[in-house]
Amino acid sequence: MSLAATKFSVILYGMTHALNFQASRFPEFAKRLKEKNFTCQIATADKSIARYYTFNDGRVSSESGLHPKPDITISVASAKIGARLFVPWVDQLERIEAMKNYQFGADGSDELIVWFTQTMMLMQNPEVEYGIDMGDGTKRYVTNTNGGPLFVYVKDGKVIRTTPMEFTDQDAPAWTIKARGKSFTPPHKTTLSPHGVSVKSTLYSPDRLLYPMKRVDFDPKGERNPQNRGISGYERISWEEALDIVAGEITRVKTEHGQGAILGNHGSHHMWGNIGYYISAAYKFFNTIGASRVAHNPDSWEGWYWGATHHYGYSMRLGQVEFYNTIEDCMKECEMMVFWSSDPEATNGAYGGFEATIRRQWLKDLGIELVHIDPYFNHTAALLGGKWMAPKPGTDTALALAIAHVWMTEGLYDKKFVADRCVGFDVWSDYVLGKEDGVPKTPEWQQAETGVPAKEVRALARKWGKTKTYLAAGGPGNGHGGACRAANGIQFARALACLMGMQGMGKPGVNYGNLQYGGPIDIRFYFPGYAEGGMSGDIQNTGIPVSLYQRMPQLPSYGPSMQKVPRLRIPEAIMDGKAEGYPWNGFTIEGQFMKFSYPAPGHSPIKMLYKYGGASIGTMTETNRYVNMYRTDKLEFVVNQSIWFEGEAKFADVLLPACTQFERWDISDLAHAGGYGMHYQTQMNHRVIMLQHKCIEPLGESKSDIRIFTEICSRLGLGTYFCEGMNELDWVKRVFDASDLPKVISWKEFLKKGYYVVPPLEEGKRDPVAMRWFYEGRKKDVPEPSPLPGDYRKQFLMGLQTQSGKFEFECSSLKHFDANDPERPPIVRYLQSWEGPQTKELFGRFPLQLLSPHSRFSFHTFADGKQCSTNDIAEHRVLVKGYYYWVVRINAQDARARGIKHHDLVKVHNDRGAVLCAAHVTSRLGQGTAHSYSSSAVYDPLGEPGNSVDRGGCINNLTPKRSIASKVLGMAPNSCLVEVELWDGSTALGARAGTSEKVAANAAAAKEAMPS
Amino acid sequence: MKKWNLLIDVAKCFNCNNCALAVHDEYCGNSFPGYAEEMPRQGHRWIEIRQREQGEYPMVEVAYLPVTCNHCDEPSCMKGAPEGAISKRADGIVIFDPVRSKGHPELVKSCPYGMIWWNEEKQLPQTWPFDAHLLDKGWTQTRASQVCPTNAFQTLHLEDEEMQRMVRDEKLEVLHPEFGNKPRVYYKNLDSYFKSFVGGTLEGMLNGAIECIADAHIVLWKGTQKLAETVSDTYGDFRFRRLDADGASYRIEVSDPRFSSKTLEFALKKSCHLGAIALEPKAAKAA
Repeated sequence: MSLAATKFSVILYGMTHALNFQASRFPEFAKRLKEKNFTCQIATADKSIARYYTFNDGRVSSESGLHPKPDITISVASAKIGARLFVPWVDQLERIEAMKNYQFGADGSDELIVWFTQTMMLMQNPEVEYGIDMGDGTKRYVTNTNGGPLFVYVKDGKVIRTTPMEFTDQDAPAWTIKARGKSFTPPHKTTLSPHGVSVKSTLYSPDRLLYPMKRVDFDPKGERNPQNRGISGYERISWEEALDIVAGEITRVKTEHGQGAILGNHGSHHMWGNIGYYISAAYKFFNTIGASRVAHNPDSWEGWYWGATHHYGYSMRLGQVEFYNTIEDCMKECEMMVFWSSDPEATNGAYGGFEATIRRQWLKDLGIELVHIDPYFNHTAALLGGKWMAPKPGTDTALALAIAHVWMTEGLYDKKFVADRCVGFDVWSDYVLGKEDGVPKTPEWQQAETGVPAKEVRALARKWGKTKTYLAAGGPGNGHGGACRAANGIQFARALACLMGMQGMGKPGVNYGNLQYGGPIDIRFYFPGYAEGGMSGDIQNTGIPVSLYQRMPQLPSYGPSMQKVPRLRIPEAIMDGKAEGYPWNGFTIEGQFMKFSYPAPGHSPIKMLYKYGGASIGTMTETNRYVNMYRTDKLEFVVNQSIWFEGEAKFADVLLPACTQFERWDISDLAHAGGYGMHYQTQMNHRVIMLQHKCIEPLGESKSDIRIFTEICSRLGLGTYFCEGMNELDWVKRVFDASDLPKVISWKEFLKKGYYVVPPLEEGKRDPVAMRWFYEGRKKDVPEPSPLPGDYRKQFLMGLQTQSGKFEFECSSLKHFDANDPERPPIVRYLQSWEGPQTKELFGRFPLQLLSPHSRFSFHTFADGKQCSTNDIAEHRVLVKGYYYWVVRINAQDARARGIKHHDLVKVHNDRGAVLCAAHVTSRLGQGTAHSYSSSAVYDPLGEPGNSVDRGGCINNLTPKRSIASKVLGMAPNSCLVEVELWDGSTALGARAGTSEKVAANAAAAKEAMPS
Repeated sequence: MKKWNLLIDVAKCFNCNNCALAVHDEYCGNSFPGYAEEMPRQGHRWIEIRQREQGEYPMVEVAYLPVTCNHCDEPSCMKGAPEGAISKRADGIVIFDPVRSKGHPELVKSCPYGMIWWNEEKQLPQTWPFDAHLLDKGWTQTRASQVCPTNAFQTLHLEDEEMQRMVRDEKLEVLHPEFGNKPRVYYKNLDSYFKSFVGGTLEGMLNGAIECIADAHIVLWKGTQKLAETVSDTYGDFRFRRLDADGASYRIEVSDPRFSSKTLEFALKKSCHLGAIALEPKAAKAA
């Protein structure tokens, strides 16, 4: 016998004893061994070495040789390979390469193979020690959320409390920025946004789905009654039955209808974590079952992506710009900050907790003057003070053009920068100055559009032109903002980009930002962001090829369906059978031009929907469409894998209860999105990488997403492929090993403590300031892997991503695409909204412009409804007669004209639907403007679903489905006309007869009654 | 001995509600024998943020006032309460005994601040117990302080003399001192919630266009008393805060070397924006 053969034989023999030995030491492992009785054969291909294992009531025995009828067989090509693969320290690359090269395989029940391989993994470390013992029977664990990280205090299997993380002397200290003779250091802790503080209340929500459910009148073998989705109730079923139905439907739909008939749809966000995230596990799953993809629109970026990108590139950031070290630059150099459609105190930079709120408290000490441009007197303006300007919704572009007009006529811009680093300025200035169309875009001209006095625009323009100014564009400061999600959001983002082009973006003190992004933490320490794909193996649709795929070798996954359905057109795709879309694509500027159609050639229409969560009705546009889509027989089967029974989860045929991140393992970097959100963690005051402990067991019968996916895949023989035979903690450990963490902390210590603080960068060693390289005409020196190497024009790292490599006031990419597109001409022009005061007929009936920005206390549908603690925040929901109503803010004079008092129940409606809200009467809005956050988690129709008044607060029932422009596919929820009236108790859609006339008469009367 | 106090800076509160949510996190689903029974899942606000919006579009101010159990040194609730139902600890904290206060809904009305909540299911009057169970275990701050992003909530463990010195030095106030309850919850910048403001916007003709008039000098008078003075900002805006909206007559005088002086009289019944105030060019000298 060769040495390898001897070695392999010994290993196989030893495995029996190792299993039994570990079971004798670890009760949990002993329990696991009792789960299955079966026989496993392990053998070389030539059967020269073979041993079979019998698992019987928790005892493992083995015999050398071949079993006549093993339940599963694991085979290796040779003893040599077996000896290398069957050792605990095996390299995963070697293992999966052996699989890919047909040297290592398994046969038999997939469920048993998964169980066996996971058990073998578990055997190496059956009961890990983790968490900090607090001495009173309480253990402190760590987890992470969309709203910040948490210390989690657990006692007797129950989460007692969750708090921000407070660091100790053992952890790296905070950074200090010295500016204007003062030193600024953030506190040595993390912060939480409201949806982070309320997360325990969502964990223990009475609306948790705790058991698999089936709609009572759904029979996969008989009557399906799709018309009753959203109406008929549910009954509890076993996991066996639920998973059999789902796997059975996957098989049936694929065989009956062919390629692409299953649609896998997930929300934009998920429980935080790199392994359990949708870009990780769900992508692998959807690829594994061969589902068609949903093509998301760049929902928070819209105008920046479709518009601003053409002026300066940054396709990788979907039109947002780089932000490196802008916090230090801003604090040292900037004199004025203009917040434009920017309310960071309400939107928290997406995942940033209140990290930047602390820093913005320093603005006063720094003497930076503030301006807020927003139709709503937002929370940032209210907290920080400064000048408030309130253009009518949808007119921001006119204001921006007038600012440019003042700069052009008074010479208040960076002429050298415009001459050296920009192209097309003459063409644009001809338009702005009116040489081209005879209409100079003066401050007086804009006043008629925006309602902002011309004198104020002149004052702002002059001040801005003479002082070093940071433009806080949108909540993050470098893009986003409600104004970019409107009919003319493309123009808005383009106009703002052009203003920064004129002022010399990158000059000291002149940049994008509001102290949200660009802190001096160390991003060169490698740890992946969630968009890097985790365990997805998806090299097409995630950021995995950049680093993680090499660092964490895994089986690749590739979806066979070439079909994509645009997310905003899923209802049309299902109901009308066709749809068209434009993609979001980070690789190049031109990627967004690649129009696609549904159905894809030769592909089946969608027949089955695998929905992950329940957010669509609250977050998409004109969302009664989604309700109606669910109620058609064109969707033969709908399964929803959801944590809570909410939103569209109530329209599924089968419900699979998923657990939260408290109930499973994961690992992550605070606020680190990666991909399009590259280096978003620079908004944190401390870079904290954390193990997300499994704090408690899953509630009820809920399971982790990965476990649900694995069990469905096992029914299709694909479980082993899906999970690579690994447990979730194994995947977590692999991410740990793939990162730079092992260089600084042991796995044991990391498991116990749960986090590591990456030391910040010292003064003088910090990242170069964003765009300074471009301002100074140097090679790009910031740590941003975009544009692609092949997308530079002359020299690598020289210039922007545009054709000229310069800032283009006149965009060559748009000239190439369609120079005559009136909605997206090569230079930015002012265009009135396709839904607003100028759309006279509609405005006559629905005279209020409704803004619906990202919500303040909840995050999309997280931490809303489901009886969680945010319900008792009166600015979030108001309790009226026992029901928590969503809030609509209405101008005091508009309210008076309609006889509406504070917290009256009102019907907000238009031709698309009607939503009941509690009125919040305010002067924080100009007359004619209303405001209600988007993203209610509750859809609660009072009559027929999709065709009646919603009292849950899904304000997106009312927003237009129309694309932001015809040659893109983006959403424009902030271009929405509505009427608001006292609710008369009716459940029907539409207004009471004569309402608008009455309102108009009352409005006139109220105006006269107002003090002058 | 050192006692517990809370200091709330009204100017730093922006209604994020982290404090209220942290209280829910601590007490909903948990009972702490001797300190507090579970808070109901919905309906109680042991810390409640009240808001006051003042002014009119386009000059608006919003102030937020977090209110909670004041842990009064002369607590109204204790007067007439059943034996042992409510106790005042030596460290200043007022505790509603979750056993002995049971079945006493009348206690809810005993708080002049309206911060006792009735737990229908448990038949208990409940208030925020200052997180005493945590402080007793060595915590140095309350959950509300810990989660407050602007440091608007500070938990102070001080000798009464030190606290009183701080009250004097930093001009701290309590809610409704006239109740005589001697609260241990102190406020900074309470004026921004209770007082009023008046503002205006100056404009005038410069080089043929109507412009915002910056750097003009504005004086506020009440009768013969000069209350305050300020200068207009880039946008011609000016504002006087911390006024009593008592309906009394006020007067502002605007002076700018480029324009004739201007005087405006008004009665201040509530915070207001006087609107655009047009300054006239200096009268040309008679020929």
